[in-house]
Amino acid sequence: MDLTQLTIMETAKKLREKEFSVSELVSAYLNRIQKHDASIGAYITVCSENAIQQAEAMQEKINANEDVPVLTGIPLGLKDNIVTRGLLTSCGSKMLSNFIPPYDATVVQKLQKNNAILLGKLNMDEFAMGNSNESSWYKPVKNPWDLERVSGGSSGGAAAAVASGMAGFALGTDTGGSIRQPASFCGVVGLKPTYGAVSRYGVVAFASSFDQVGPITRNVADCAVVMNAIAGHDPKDSTSADIEYPDYTAFLDQEIKGLKIGIPREYLQAGLTADVKQQVLKAAKSFEALGAVVTEVSLPLTEYAIPVYYLISSAEASSNLARYDGIKYGYRASEYEDIIDLYRKTRSEGFGTEVKRRIILGTYALSSGYYDAFYKKALKVRRLIYEDYKKAFDQVDLLLGPTVPTTAFKIGEKADNPLEMYLGDICTASVNIVGLCGISVPCGTDSQGLPVGLQLIGRPFDEGTLLKAAHAFEKVAVYHAMPEL
Amino acid sequence: MEYEVVIGLEVHAELATQSKIYCNCTTEFGGDPNTHCCPICMGMPGVLPVLNKKVVEYAIKAGLATNCRIAAFSKQDRKNYFYPDLPKAFQTSQYDLPLCYDGHVDVEVDGLVKKIGITRIHIEEDAGKLLHDAWSGDTLIDYNRGGVPLIEIVTEPDMRSAEEVRAFFEKLKAILEYTGVSDCKMQEGSLRADVNLSVRPKGQAEYGTRTEMKNLNSIRAIVRAVESEAKRQISEIEYGGMIVQETRRWDDAKGESYSMRSKEEAHDYRYFPEPDLCPIEVDENWMKDIQASIPELPDARRKRYIQDYGIPEYDASFITASKDLADFFEEAAKSGDNIKAISNWIMGDLSKKLNDNNLEPSQIPFCPEHLSKLVGLIDSNIISGKIAKQVFDFMWDTGKDPADIVEEKGLRVVTDTDAIRGVVLEVLQANPKTIEDIKKGKAKSIGFLIGQIMRETKGKADPQTVRSILTEELEKY
Ligand SMILES: [Zn+2]
Repeated sequence: MDLTQLTIMETAKKLREKEFSVSELVSAYLNRIQKHDASIGAYITVCSENAIQQAEAMQEKINANEDVPVLTGIPLGLKDNIVTRGLLTSCGSKMLSNFIPPYDATVVQKLQKNNAILLGKLNMDEFAMGNSNESSWYKPVKNPWDLERVSGGSSGGAAAAVASGMAGFALGTDTGGSIRQPASFCGVVGLKPTYGAVSRYGVVAFASSFDQVGPITRNVADCAVVMNAIAGHDPKDSTSADIEYPDYTAFLDQEIKGLKIGIPREYLQAGLTADVKQQVLKAAKSFEALGAVVTEVSLPLTEYAIPVYYLISSAEASSNLARYDGIKYGYRASEYEDIIDLYRKTRSEGFGTEVKRRIILGTYALSSGYYDAFYKKALKVRRLIYEDYKKAFDQVDLLLGPTVPTTAFKIGEKADNPLEMYLGDICTASVNIVGLCGISVPCGTDSQGLPVGLQLIGRPFDEGTLLKAAHAFEKVAVYHAMPEL
Repeated sequence: MEYEVVIGLEVHAELATQSKIYCNCTTEFGGDPNTHCCPICMGMPGVLPVLNKKVVEYAIKAGLATNCRIAAFSKQDRKNYFYPDLPKAFQTSQYDLPLCYDGHVDVEVDGLVKKIGITRIHIEEDAGKLLHDAWSGDTLIDYNRGGVPLIEIVTEPDMRSAEEVRAFFEKLKAILEYTGVSDCKMQEGSLRADVNLSVRPKGQAEYGTRTEMKNLNSIRAIVRAVESEAKRQISEIEYGGMIVQETRRWDDAKGESYSMRSKEEAHDYRYFPEPDLCPIEVDENWMKDIQASIPELPDARRKRYIQDYGIPEYDASFITASKDLADFFEEAAKSGDNIKAISNWIMGDLSKKLNDNNLEPSQIPFCPEHLSKLVGLIDSNIISGKIAKQVFDFMWDTGKDPADIVEEKGLRVVTDTDAIRGVVLEVLQANPKTIEDIKKGKAKSIGFLIGQIMRETKGKADPQTVRSILTEELEKY
């Protein structure tokens, strides 16, 4: 039995049945990382010693009481923009390549309370900007299904680690598709929770009004288990929703008969490859077979999602990333003449091309004389897109479409064409613009055997319906395999 | 030509909250560098702000006390600029929707009441402090002050003279103190002002080009900066020059302002709504509670003092300008009957002591009851007015009860006629020449003898008794 191929639920059950120990489990994962990560590049930091120590402590907890949290002893990885006390949190950037935080993110504290074991910090696009993981200062992440292809991004390390058995689950962050897109490319499940459902405290900000932490797992049930651990109100995050949070696993086996699902017409016209379109329509048929009512809906403003997303997120990013000035922490240029020169050299040397591109774009959009034409107008369109979705959700319970119009592309293929790369966010970005929840579930492969992801989008704080539908689909879908390494 | 000076102020007041605006760190002044800090106010990656509700409450209180309207809905914005004392590289402030707006404060100058408009009051965070190490040449940063809550109070350009500026600023300071919104300790920088000033020929409707002088931290500096800048602008225009819209730095030691290079002020702050914070909504009930918590303000108190204590308007204005001084006065008045005398002591010797020692009224080293006791000792002829000044000095130095001081130091007025007669005889014996003069009709010389007697008795002899015994004894010559 390969312990690294099990889901959380399976692992938790077998740990309690003493089929193997937590130490054996952790060792299996660490061995696999050692053996395969050189070729994949999912991890920036692996904390083996700490994980091995933790394993013993967690075993004792299970021995003492079987009623410990499901995640007890489950090995996980964290995207490297989630702050961990005493452990490098680099954001995939030279700028923070020496940054050891003095505190833990709220989600980290929550996972600790749930007795999960941290294996290490996962590679990502620099400051989460990118969707191929090629903008990481450390190294690109390769797709476990085809090492010549990208993992997707920006949570590429997280998706690749879960897909290749190098983490039992992972937490990523999603600003415009950064959980769902790599999950789609790597053939795993990725959930972007509703804005406000998971605390952002201790998550290094890219675009504050879009960022959200979420799970990447091997199946939908695991996703629900992780959500139970991380969702909830956090007084340290003013944008965290102070509402009742459900037991997400309770939705899994509910009926979906009569569920109204809409396929946005515009999503199918967004430059889809034939294979992706075919798999998505096949998935829609599966839902009909399960008793759901599938109809076509329209989101006329879909084409504006990309400009709105890039304007607002870059504007926020230009301000959020201004604190990396070489004064307090992180990288500082070694030689400089005065304070302005220190800023200029530190930021020129510390940031990569994509990050600079977004900072310049965002600064421009907020500048006096351009604010009204760009930032303010983008906010207005954001409001209109919100109305679009609201109308759609008056008709249906869920939206269905592709996560990404394509499957994983080759490394370097789009490196010189950022705009084409940006267009890949067309189906994911508006979910962040509006603050909805969305999940990517594997729904088959293309002709080259690369995973295709199906995206389901739900109303705010309706992750339950999302998980219920995704779980029902997963049970009938043929596709469950993990890549051969 | 005759010119009119037009002045508006932007006043920054640190709020007297226990903790900072977006974290739980203390706002206490002082402390070793970077000890009143946490990841949030240091702007560490990943941190988020949570608005301290007390900050909103205090700002609303300031707004209500200055007759402002309170916005039911306002928001916070980021003001972006790079400076090492600003850890996030943006200051969280309020841009287009301030918490309070459309207010006014009435001030009195030369017996005339004038209304000074308050454009807006908004909340924001303070920055850290840069310290220049002269020895190493390094610049060090202390973030203790970073994230301390401020309100910025912006006035209309309604002031026309340094005197009006002084009157307004003192009134505003008193209001902030009375409401407990700020401790207004100017020497600690918790209250500071930017002065916007322009001049125009009298009768002209349009404003002239204005300049701004930032961070003036004493009333003296504000008044002097206004006078100097008005003079500078007028003479500039008189000699055919132009006023440049600019920020000027006031050098209080030299009594001059300097133009700051325009590069330093070429800012595009790129304001935008702070996405990490929710809009501020103020509901009617909360506002009513805050309104109810506002204590009696200086104007009301002044009127009450005139009416209830019968002290002159001047005294009442002087005393109520400071809440602590007024509180002291009121306590003293409770235990005394000669209220005017208490007021005189406060305006005279007590204020002089405070000024000489650079202390605030909250730091008076003796209790109010002791001041009224001192007045009582004078009024009941136990000590003379002259001795009282000595007793006052002892009270200041020791904080002791004046009655105890009088006993300990033996300062009680001597009314014992035998003792006084003894001294009178001694003095007469020693001054036969003076007696002759008096006998010749030089009545003035009696004053000299009295002076001698008072000196011998160290001022403790009751003057009236001295005079009658002296007259008696002179008869015998
Ligand atoms: Zn703090």
